[in-house]
This record gives sequence, structure tokens and C-alpha cells, in this order.
Amino acid sequence: MTDQPILVGYDGTDAAQRAVDYAGKRASAEGCAIHLVYVLEWSPYSFLSPQELEDRHKRRSEELERAEHTLKPALDTLGKLKIPVTSEVRYGHSGELICAIAKEKNASQIIVGRKGGSALGARLLGSLPLTLVQASPVPVTVVP
Amino acid sequence: MFWKKTAAASAVAVMSMLLPFAATAQEASLDEKINQAIAPISNVIAGFMFYSVPVGGTAFPLIVGWLVIAATILTLYFGFVQFRKFGHAISLVKGDYSHPDDAGEVSHFQALATALSGTVGLGNIAGVAVAVSIGGPGATFWMILAGLLGMASKFTECTLGVKYRNEYEDGRVSGGPMYYLSKGLAEKGKPGLGKVLAIVFSVCCIGGAVGGGNMFQANQAFQQIVNVTGGDESFLAGSGWLFGLVMAIVVGVVIIGGIQSIAKVTEKVVPFMAVIYVTAGLVIIISNISMVGDAFAQIFIGAFTGAGVAGGVVGALIQGFKRAAFSNEAGIGSAAIAHAAVRTKEPVTEGYVALLEPFIDTVVICTMTALVITISGELNSGLTGVELTSAAFASAFTWFPLILALAVVLFAFSTMLSWSYYGLKSWTYLVGEGKGKEIVFKLFFCLCVIVGASMSLGPVIDFSDSMIFAMAIPNIIGLYLLMPVVRGEVKQYWAKIESGEIKKVK
Repeated sequence: MTDQPILVGYDGTDAAQRAVDYAGKRASAEGCAIHLVYVLEWSPYSFLSPQELEDRHKRRSEELERAEHTLKPALDTLGKLKIPVTSEVRYGHSGELICAIAKEKNASQIIVGRKGGSALGARLLGSLPLTLVQASPVPVTVVP
Repeated sequence: MFWKKTAAASAVAVMSMLLPFAATAQEASLDEKINQAIAPISNVIAGFMFYSVPVGGTAFPLIVGWLVIAATILTLYFGFVQFRKFGHAISLVKGDYSHPDDAGEVSHFQALATALSGTVGLGNIAGVAVAVSIGGPGATFWMILAGLLGMASKFTECTLGVKYRNEYEDGRVSGGPMYYLSKGLAEKGKPGLGKVLAIVFSVCCIGGAVGGGNMFQANQAFQQIVNVTGGDESFLAGSGWLFGLVMAIVVGVVIIGGIQSIAKVTEKVVPFMAVIYVTAGLVIIISNISMVGDAFAQIFIGAFTGAGVAGGVVGALIQGFKRAAFSNEAGIGSAAIAHAAVRTKEPVTEGYVALLEPFIDTVVICTMTALVITISGELNSGLTGVELTSAAFASAFTWFPLILALAVVLFAFSTMLSWSYYGLKSWTYLVGEGKGKEIVFKLFFCLCVIVGASMSLGPVIDFSDSMIFAMAIPNIIGLYLLMPVVRGEVKQYWAKIESGEIKKVK
């Protein structure tokens, strides 16, 4: 039993679900906990229209609620496997935040899913797995 | 943002007196009919709002004095807050004091950017050209001074905007002068006065929104498009209604259809255009660096001697003050509506951030335009307005007029979006909230885009300009009465900083 949790990036997609399933097996084998992170992409330097400014706080509450709802099935799946699981929803840049949380939680590794976008798209737009592989402080597993 | 041709206004006044006689000769066209209907009211209001006293041989509109005096008093009252706290403002915008848990809420940067997209526009491009072509390079000096003073007005109004905003149960926020006038003055034991000032402000704001924030913008954007596509020979000449219709549909899709993606595109393109504009200006200035000293010399000498300018020093001063006030809207109250949405526990922080607005708008962008015009030597070419700016930039980059035309259209569009919101907030303050009531205003707003683009509505534009400046009367009365409240906010905020209760998170 180790007190270092496995950190899993989750966003409710099939790819994220595969990552959760894989992480579940690892955690059972190692006897460690899982920490789920759901990052809502957000930049404090983006531009909003006046109407969006007015609605922002309301929207944020709705988005957080929806994210908690999306996390539910994953938490249930892991709960059934008797794996201690925690979760958090954060706003920000997904790559930076996941690295920061990995340090903060002293995670043993990071597991994320891969959506299977084209290599060209990933190169042009960047992708979370690529960012993590380059910047992560701990080992990263990408689940296809 | 709003530049007014006094000569044109008086020509319009004369025209409207002659129109009834001309109209009897033949069937009056629609725009003539509208002009006739509106001219008598517009003339009275414009005459009152822009009541001018002769100073040193030129007419000085009292409303400009009203704005500059308020800015000066607020500057002194807050002990030159715009210089002392400039660094703190930058650090707030960078997010040094933003708590990570507040990620996803409206940041200081976002509130500032949205407010700026409402003010940066025609005033920075065309208004400055009018100022230096009439007031000489010396007008630039006075424009910068007025911009620096205006920072204190913005600081005061935006602090109040946040302090007295309404926060609804569903999490939406709504603020602006109508709220601080009514709630703030009620606290001061003057609920009646507050209510009246708030209503006057709202009425003027609606007028300003559909006029200066809409018809004027549509009109000028169309003019610029016609100019670059060949002037009178342009295939677009005379089809302003078509341009207006397209513009109205795009505006309608955003404000009625709620298709924020178009607004998002604009919000991304507008800063980009601003960057291109500033970069082009800087390139011209740097490549003529040897002439910059001379340009500044002209600006300073012109400011204190008024050489070769109608009205001398006073003429230069009036032009500079006028354009600064028209461009950055400090003291008008409009920006307080946009700034009020920020997520902060301390109203005064948004005040500090807001004081950067006149600085960016007037001290940086307007000054750059003035420098380029002075350096290019186009000042004596007899041109004025957008055409002068266009010619000055074209002397270095021949392709620039096209970019400028695009910038004018986009600036006009983003200004319309901002003002549609300001107008809507005032409208709902007066008639109450509700989907139906909001749609009525939004449809009317879109209709005005078509009207503005297709007609030469001198009196209507005159009227709307008056309404925008009329907003400054209730707003500034409120600022005078409520400035002790702002001082209280400043004191308790800095006490918290000193005690360490509020500290940098980065």
C-alpha cells in the first residue's frame, strides 16, 4: 500500500473512461488511491462580450454542477472496485493544472486517455497527452 | 469615440431651417422627412448640451469644461491616484491578486478588455485627426493631459459601479450609474434625487446607445467602405441600406440570437486590429526616429504658443480636451456598466484597473495617431478625419487604407455590441426585466443600424451625441456626492493590504 495516488485526467469522454478503467486495474494491483481531475479550459485573458460578463458567475456554477454530474459514473465505477477515490474540478489550462496537481498531491503517475486525433492536428493545436509527456514531473501513461 | 464636426452641425442646422421650403417643391424623401421631424427637437437639445462660450476667439462647449473640471477635482481629491497606483493597477490586471479558486470567474483583465472594446474606435483614428488638423500639433499635449486627468474619473465611476451593483439570486450581476445613483444617494439620504438622476441617466444612455453607439458607427463605417472602394464611383455608393441590413443581421444574430461565436470572433479580431494599428504606428515612428524630437517640440511649442492655430493656445487646448473626452468617455458613466461584472470582493480594485482605460485609449493610442500625422507631414494637406489618418499611414504603407477600413468596420461593430448592452441595461432599469421587453429594445436597436447606414441623418447624429454627453450631467453630480464613499473604500482596502489580509498570490 502506497500513499501516493494515481492522478487521472477525466472529462467524461470514452477516452477518459478507458483511462479510468485502466487506472482502476493499476490501483487495485498497487493498492493505492485514485485522484480524478476534471479541468475546464479557461483563460483569465480571453475576451468576453458584456452579456457574457454578466452571466459568467451563473454559467460557472452551472458548469461546475455539470462537471460533478459527469464525474459521477467514474466515481461509482471505482467505488465498486473498493478503490479509495477523490476528485476535483478546476478551471485553467489542462496541461499546467494537471502537472501542478500531480506535484501538490504527490502523485505516483498520471494516466490520461487519448482521443485518437490525427498527428497533424495534435502538432498544430497541441494535445493534452503531448503536453503532459513534455512537462509532467511524474511518469505519464497514455491509454489509447 | 465620437467626433463631431461643429461646422457640419451648424450647416445641418441651417439646412434644416431651409428644408421645409425645399420639400414643398417636390416629394420629400424619407430621410428628409425624418430630418424635418427631428431637427427642431435635436437643435434645441444639441444647442443646450453643446452650449458654448467664446473663449479666446473660439467656441468652448461648457460640457467639455464640465468633464475636465470633474476630472481635475477627482484627481486632486484622490491625490493623483492615476500616478500613485498605476503599478498596482498593472499588477491587478496581471492577476497577481486573483485567488486561484476564483478561476473561471470574470477576471480584471476581461472586464478591462470588454470595456476597452467599447471605447477604442473611431475617436482614436478619426477624432485625433480632427483635433490636430484644427488645433495643430499642440492639441496633442492637451489631449494627453485630459486623458491623464480622465483616469481619475474612470477610477471613481468604476469603483462605484462595482460597489452598488445588483447581484441576483441566479448569480447574474448588473451594475452601472443607474444603480449607484439610486442606491448610493439613497444611502446619503437623498433617495428622491438619486432616483431622478438614475432615470435621467438611463434615458440619455438609451439615446446615446441607439445614436452615437449605433447609427453614428454604422454611418461612419459605411462611409469608409465607400471611400476605399472608389468614392462616388463605388459600386456600393447609394446602397447604404444594403450595408446596414447586413450589419443589422450580424448584430441581430449576436444580440437576439445569442450566437456568441460571432461576438467571440470580433472580440479576438478587434484587439488584433488594435495591435496592427499600434505596430504600424510604432514602425512609422521608429523609422523616423530623428523626427520624433521635432514632433514633440512641435507638440510642446504648439501647446503653449498656439502658433498658426485659430484661437491660439486656447484653440489648441479646446480641441485637445474635446477629443480626449469624446474618445475615452471618462465621466460619461458608460464604462462602469461593463466593469461592474468583475469578480472581486473589493470594489476599489476594479477602479484601479479601470484607470488604465483612458491611459491606453488616449495617452497611448491617440498620441500615437497624432505623432504619425505630425511626422508624415500630411498635416498641411487640407485633409481631416479618417482621411487624414489614412493618408498619414499610407505615406509609409500604401496598403494601409484597406486595413484601416477593415479596422473601422470592426471597431464600429464592437462598439455597437457594447452600446447595445449599455442601452439594454438602461432600458431594463426603466421598464423592468423580461424577455419580451428586451426583445423590443434589441429589435429597435437593429432597425437603427439600417437607418444609420442608409441615411445622412445629421440632426439624428447631433441628437445622439448630445445624449451621450448628457449622461455626464447626472453621472458627475453623482460622482461629486459619492466621492467620500470611494475614499472610504480606498482606506479600508489599503488597511487590508497593510494588515496582510489581502496579499499577492503570485
